[in-house]
Amino acid sequence: MADPAPEIGISIRNLYKIFGPNPEAYIDAVRQGMSKTELNDQHNHVLGLKDINIDMPRGAIQVVMGLSGSGKSTLIRHINRLIDPTVGEVIVGDQDVVKMSETELREFRRHQTAMVFQKFALLPHRTVLDNVVYGLEIQGIPRKKQEEEARRWITRVGLEGFEESYPNQLSGGMQQRVGLARALTNDAPILLMDEAFSALDPLIRMDMQSVLLDLQKEIRKTIVFITHDLDEALRLGDRIAILRDGEVIQQSTAQEIVLRPSDEYISSFVREVNRGRVISVDMVMTPLSEAEPGAMTVRSGSVLENAAKKMTEKSANHAIVIDKAGKPIGALDIQDVISAMVTPVDHTMVEDEEDAA
Amino acid sequence: MEWLIEFPAMDRDSLTAFKKAIDFAFRDFTRAYGDAFETALLPVKWFMFWMEDLLTESPWPLVLLGIAFIAWLASRSLKITLGVIITLLLIGYFDMWEDTMKTIAMTVVATLLAIIVGIPIGIVMARSNKVQTMINPVLDVMQTMPSFVYLIPVVMLLGIGRVPGLIAVMVYAIPPIIRLTNLGIRLVDKDVLEAADAFGSSSWQRLKNVQMPLALPTIMAGVNQTIMMALAMVVVASMIGVPGLGLPVLKAISNQYFTLGVLNGLAIVGIAIIFDRASQAYGKRLQKHLEVVHG
Repeated sequence: MADPAPEIGISIRNLYKIFGPNPEAYIDAVRQGMSKTELNDQHNHVLGLKDINIDMPRGAIQVVMGLSGSGKSTLIRHINRLIDPTVGEVIVGDQDVVKMSETELREFRRHQTAMVFQKFALLPHRTVLDNVVYGLEIQGIPRKKQEEEARRWITRVGLEGFEESYPNQLSGGMQQRVGLARALTNDAPILLMDEAFSALDPLIRMDMQSVLLDLQKEIRKTIVFITHDLDEALRLGDRIAILRDGEVIQQSTAQEIVLRPSDEYISSFVREVNRGRVISVDMVMTPLSEAEPGAMTVRSGSVLENAAKKMTEKSANHAIVIDKAGKPIGALDIQDVISAMVTPVDHTMVEDEEDAA
Repeated sequence: MEWLIEFPAMDRDSLTAFKKAIDFAFRDFTRAYGDAFETALLPVKWFMFWMEDLLTESPWPLVLLGIAFIAWLASRSLKITLGVIITLLLIGYFDMWEDTMKTIAMTVVATLLAIIVGIPIGIVMARSNKVQTMINPVLDVMQTMPSFVYLIPVVMLLGIGRVPGLIAVMVYAIPPIIRLTNLGIRLVDKDVLEAADAFGSSSWQRLKNVQMPLALPTIMAGVNQTIMMALAMVVVASMIGVPGLGLPVLKAISNQYFTLGVLNGLAIVGIAIIFDRASQAYGKRLQKHLEVVHG
């Protein structure tokens, strides 16, 4: 939107992944439009990912959302090449991860990426502290430095006092904090989170989301976050890509997904979303017609729910949206705010609008 | 119709020629390389004698306390340690101390050798399905072949005595440690391995930090099995001149000395139980981190 295009952290280009004994043989057929079912029925190969192109912004959270089988976990594993693509490029900085040699890849994994896993994947025979130092340990960093860093992050994720516990003495939420601390201790610019909070119960999940958002304000890493939960995606994602059957079907900001779902599949998700907490006032404000002195102000970027709450508290029907500098940039009508909060937008409506235009 | 009743076997002359050809080939091999093998096995021989001397020449109370101490270190259990002391005292009282020590020395050396050779083989096997399909049938043969059959080639190659006996015992006892090392490594949680990879572990770091520690309980079960099989084979190996509790048993069989047989048999049972309980308790202690579970 108004923001200048952010710097790109990770760029995925024309990525295809076919699972099976002889994937190269079918890549051309897939490029020419062979479907997942056809490939499976006729050739017994599984199409994992099809022509993925995503530019992930540096220092921001890119969410990849999809249901099980959509290929989202396969996709994130291509970024640190835990899975090799059939064809395609994964560009980080000026390097193509796909072309790296064994040694280069190991160095890349040690210094450029860190990963958090759905099932925590902690070493059960090591204490919390020894788990958290793992990344630094295999880099051959002196033990004293390892521990220093590890203790700092253990404290930061709220696990102080549990350094000597074993993972299975901890609850799921605490284990994932260990997983998070382990990844952060590595101090890599890219953080890969594969359904990191999906195994946690809802309250703990919300809690961990807050921890992550809080940390991100400070660490500003390029985070790739995989989830099957749209609420989580909308809450965390600076940008969201939605995957179905191995294809990206929409990628944009959270608000755009809620306001303009690109097809029936996405609108069926979006219908269940609390729109008031996602859409910002900027999306519904009208151009400033005349200055209304003394009218109440709402900050640009506030979500509708907060704006509506403020306006109803003051029983105001109108408000002025101001930017960070306090400059008025638009007008807000309570009617518009409320209708934007309740109207479920269908992709068909968007199409109708476009047709009319 | 005779061919239906009698199996149409190879004719006698060809069969004799076949057997002879193999026997002669092996005999030539032993003549050519027997000395080389013997030289190569010298360190093993020295180790074997050193261990035997240590156990038989030292004052018996020291040896007894030493064994009890090792059992305590392994198990950290007073019950097991007391059991060890009582068993050893009874063995000594019935005048089987020296033979028992020789058997223990042989078992310990054979087990150590089996571990040193077996674990790397198991690791290689776990890393490659091809190697696994090649080694598995060999292990099957080793485990089902009657133990006496091992003695023949070993005697041909190295003659009789402790070292050939030791080799026969080791070959007989090695399959479980190989199999369970392989199994243990293959059973390591894929998620944890993936995490190790994602942080950039080299394959040695993966082995050292993840696969071996997580496979250790399974490997310990293999060590336990290997010890038990070594102990059983030590008795059989007495036929080729291995000293220890096997000799009196052999004597008892040929002369029908019932009590001699039973007493020595019980001594073997006694040390088998000592080894078993101590090594199992040690294996269990290794899994301590799995015991305390979040409620």
